Formats: sequence, structure tokens, C-alpha cells
Amino acid sequence: MKIHEYQAKELFRKFNVPVPEGEVAFNPEEASAIAEKLGGFPVVIKAQIHAGGRGKGGGVKLAKSLDEAVTMADDIIGMTLVTHQTGPEGRLVRKVLVEQGLNIINELYLSILPDRATAKNVIMASEAGGMDIEAVAEETPEKIIKVYIDPLLGIQAYHCREVAFGLNIPAAAMKQFQGLLRNLYALFVDYDCSLLEINPLVLTAEDNVIALDAKVDIDGNALYRHKDAAEYRDTDEEDPLEVEASKYNLNYINLGGGNVGNMVNGAGLAMATMDIIKLAGAEPANFLDVGGGADAEMVENGFKIILSDPNVKAILINIFGGIARCDVLATGVVQASEKMGLKVPVVIRMEGTNVEEGRKILADAGLNLISAVDIKDAAKKVAEIVS
Amino acid sequence: MSIFVDKNTMLLVQGITGKEGQFHTRQCIAYGTNIVAGVTPGKGGQKMDDVPVFNSVQTAVKETGANCSLIFVPPPFAADAIMEAADGGVDLIVAITEGIPVMDMMKVKNYIQNKPVRLIGPNCPGIITPGECKVGIMPAPIHKPGGPIGVISRSGTLTYEVVYQLTLQDIGQTTCLGIGGDPVNGTNFIDCLDAFQKNDDTTGIVMVGEIGGNSEEDAAEFIKANVTKPVVGFIAGLTAPPGRRMGHAGAIISGKSGTGQAKIAAMKDCGIHVCENLGTLGELCAKVF
Repeated sequence: MKIHEYQAKELFRKFNVPVPEGEVAFNPEEASAIAEKLGGFPVVIKAQIHAGGRGKGGGVKLAKSLDEAVTMADDIIGMTLVTHQTGPEGRLVRKVLVEQGLNIINELYLSILPDRATAKNVIMASEAGGMDIEAVAEETPEKIIKVYIDPLLGIQAYHCREVAFGLNIPAAAMKQFQGLLRNLYALFVDYDCSLLEINPLVLTAEDNVIALDAKVDIDGNALYRHKDAAEYRDTDEEDPLEVEASKYNLNYINLGGGNVGNMVNGAGLAMATMDIIKLAGAEPANFLDVGGGADAEMVENGFKIILSDPNVKAILINIFGGIARCDVLATGVVQASEKMGLKVPVVIRMEGTNVEEGRKILADAGLNLISAVDIKDAAKKVAEIVS
Repeated sequence: MSIFVDKNTMLLVQGITGKEGQFHTRQCIAYGTNIVAGVTPGKGGQKMDDVPVFNSVQTAVKETGANCSLIFVPPPFAADAIMEAADGGVDLIVAITEGIPVMDMMKVKNYIQNKPVRLIGPNCPGIITPGECKVGIMPAPIHKPGGPIGVISRSGTLTYEVVYQLTLQDIGQTTCLGIGGDPVNGTNFIDCLDAFQKNDDTTGIVMVGEIGGNSEEDAAEFIKANVTKPVVGFIAGLTAPPGRRMGHAGAIISGKSGTGQAKIAAMKDCGIHVCENLGTLGELCAKVF
């Protein structure tokens, strides 16, 4: 789960990781009050959306006076910010972070993430702060320091020294930097983060080390033990259909603009079904895994979500019964079709546990469902319909 | 002959009294799997059908000689269950549970690393040696006993699709297993490839991967250097957008890493027969094997 920069900084404060003074504002009046409270200029106005590259897109501005701060907050709140991560449609900005300006003398990069290959947490750091770290990794990999932490051991002093010396941290800031890194690691573990990134982490003229930016992703599977962090979810930042699907515990991703909706049980088969729709010459509209334990109600909700996408011109249902039985899912398809009406053609392929019973239920329903013998046949049929 | 499980597997089920645990215990017994014990803390002394239930893995192993554990424990308690099994004396742990936090699995992986125990999963359908032993949730009738093909996959229902296409082509299987869709798991592709390569009854291997991580690329290099048997490969998720988790926690393209295109290229480079259309996988296997 992604959270906003201002929320990540709230967590930073909780773990004694220094961040600039500042608060979130939902309108120019609030921005003005915060700027006044900060008691000095410049202040920085930062758009709060779940995407990187905000500065380049015009979502981060430096205000030298209160008037400027108000004007800039007014400009940014309500703008559609386009960055390399938002796609061309951009993202509507609903709030800004108003922060004190700092006397920056150096910008660094620091992140912590789980490394799936080694099953260790890796600290990545670079003196090339403020830049796109993927580009740095590609062009000058020697500029990136990596320190691996055994999750059973946790972070040790020597890990912190290795990062600090690798970044050429000045002696005056050494102790503060190592404390910051320890605290960050504690936050990373305590909150089950799947990514914690500061770009840039800045050294100030006063020899302070401060997290100018903050990006935190939290493992969705661990939210049950972080009720406070679960509150950080901002559904305004998500696709409305995905928000709706999540209410039904459906694993749905809107691919944006495809013409064939599809509903599958199991994530791997769902991806493979998207792929074969494309190979057959059509465009998959979504990923939808109704899950191994799918029941009739989930199928009905899945139908509802798919049909809410106006681009969908046909639907492919691909079910391989395992734990989920074909007869139960067929009942779901029939119920949903009867309730909602078959607004677009539906091709259905079914195999596995209780398939004969499932096929009989579909046949007896007298609906205009198009049955397919296998996945190849299903993809071909659905592609012909939309072509 | 098979890999990891066979007629001699003596299974215990952790979480046997839960809804899923009960259902699949019965399914496995019906297939002929020798289930000797169940574990549900607090329900020791009871029975699930005819299977004795114990309070701990250690007691269950001591009393029944179980050598393999199948885990249906819910995500918040699953890491603990895996570590208990690892310390309880079984040789093989098969964790079905989906949704275990990554931080928990990293601890588990490091904890069991140097112990004489193998973990399959989590977030997987389990493992089956057709005709002998089923330790998992896969539908049994789609399998064809007697070999000679081994199947390894990161997925559940996609594995069923692949196995079913093999069976339709009259190609039997030695052992089929899912290694799980999570970013951090136990047994990986290479462990399975190595086992199938050393298994005399297996003459060919089907490997089913998906987007996310680099395990398929690593496996391809391993195949090039160590596997003499023909391998057919398939990758799911070529149309998946970057940065989104496609159902499986591990199925995500991060930056430029983990794309299906890169995996297919690596597999082709290493001499793997890559199937690019799932609809034709069975036919390709019939040609290759």
C-alpha cells in the first residue's frame, strides 16, 4: 500500500528521523496559516499524490513570501499533475505539504527494501541524491552502496558505519546520520514496509541530516497488525473500479482501455488469460482473479465490476476448477447474467472439478452464453466478437 | 520414482481442524496419501475423522513418525507454524497459506536455511506425485501417473491448466509442484530442476514462470549449465503493467526488473523451448518430449 509523503513523514517523526517542519494543507487558506506558523521564508509547497517525479511536473514550488505561498498553493491544489509515473492522464492534486526551506549543501539518496533473492533487507545509498536512482543504477552502478541486513540479526553499528563512510558523511554529522539510519531501519521493520526511500536526504549548512523527501510503501498483507497505517489509505489515489472491487475482496486491476473483460480463478491463469487475449488480436481490459475459493457471489460481483468499464465489448470467463467447483461458479455466472442481463457477449471456458455439472447448469439456463472447448478456442471466439 | 514426496510420505496437517484443513485432508486421504496426524494447538487428543490431533508438531512427530507437514494455518500465524514444523523434526514442509507478510517470510527463510528441512511455498498449491501421494490442494483427476515429465510452477490454477494439457496429450507426470507466488519462498526453480535432473524417471521438465523477480533468469542459467533433459518454459504476465502486483505478491515488474520479455529472452538464450501461446503448450510438449 502506498502512502503520501506527509504521512510517511508522520511516521518518520514517530521514529525520531529528522524531517523539515511542515504540515499538510487542503486549501490555500490552510497553506497560508501553516506558512505563517513556520515563521520564515522560503517555504516549499509540495503536491501530495501517490507518484514520483512531482518536481519536474510542476508540483513542487519554492515560495519566498506569504503571498507567493498562497498563490502557489492555489495553483497546485486542483491541478492535474502529469509525471512519468502518473501516465498521460495525470493525477488530480487535492492537498499540498507546506514545509520550511533548508540551507542544503548536499543531497544524498537512501532507501531500504526487502531483497527477494537473498531474503535480506538491503540498504541502498548513493551520493547521487535527488536524481532518478534507476538511471544512476544503470549508468553508474559503482555509485550505489548496498548493505544487506539479516532480518534475524537486525541492523548493527558496523552496517551504519559502512553506509556512512560510503556516503562520505562529514565528521560533524556522522553520529546523527548513524542514529537516523538505525531509526529508519526500526521503522522499516516495525511497520512491515515494502519500500522506504528518501530522495534526497540532505546535509544542511548547520551539519544536520534531514529527510527532505519520504516515500513509504507498506506490505498490504501486514496491515492487519498496523491499524494506524491502514488508515493512511487514500482511495482518491486509486482507480474507482479497483476501489469498488476491493470492497468485495476481488483482486481487480484496470488495464485502461482494453475491450475484452475477463474473469479468472487464480492469479497466474488470470495473467496468462490476459496474454492470450492479446495474442488473439484483442486487448484485455483488466486483470481479475476471483480467487481459489471463489463462490457464486464473488462471480456476481466480478461481473458487476467488469460491466462498469465502458470500454468492455465482450467478456471471457476462464475457470479451472480446483478448490473452487465449476458447478458453484456456473451458478454464479447464471445468477449474475439473470440479474444484470447480458449486456455484452460472454464467452465461457470451464474445466476441472465438477465440470460436467457446471456445463449442465450453463446449458440449462437458456442464456446466450458462448461456450469454448479450451483456452485457445475461448480467446479466438472473444477476439472475433470484438474485431 | 519421484521427487520430494512418494508412497513413503507420512503426512501431518497443521491447521487440520479448520475449514480448509478438514476439506483438503479428506481430499488427500481419498487420493491415497498417508495422513498420520493433525496439529491444532488446544485440540490435542481429539480426532478429525480418523486422524489423531496433537497440540504440537513435535508431539505429533514423536507419536506418529510423520516426516512431512502440510500447512493451512492463517497468515498471521503461518510463519510460526512453519518454524515449529522445521524444529519439530519433519523433512518437508508444504505451506499453502496465502498472504503471509514478507517480513515474516524473510525471517523464516533465514531461520530454516541451515536446517535439514525443505520448505515448499508458501502461497502454493502444493506437490503431487500422481498415483502415489498428494500433498496439496490441486484437483487430482487431471494428473496422469507414471511420468515421465516433471512440472514446476509459481502458480496454482495455471499449473492445473498446464498439467491438464499434458494429460490430454497422454503425457504423464512424475511429480508436479507449485513453488508459490510470494516474493520470498522456500524451494526455488533451481532446487526443483536439480532434483528432476537427478531423477531417473523424469525425462523432461515443464517450467511455468511469471513476471516479477529474477528466478526464471537464474533458473535458465542453471539449465544451460546443468540440465541435459529438455525443458519447456512458459511465462505469464506479458501484458501486465509495470508497478502493479498481479494477484500474487511476487508478480510485479519493478522498474526494468522482472518483465516477461526479459525472462523469455533469457530462457531462449539458454536453450529452453519457450511456449508463447498457452493454448499450444500441450502440442509443443508432445513435439519436444
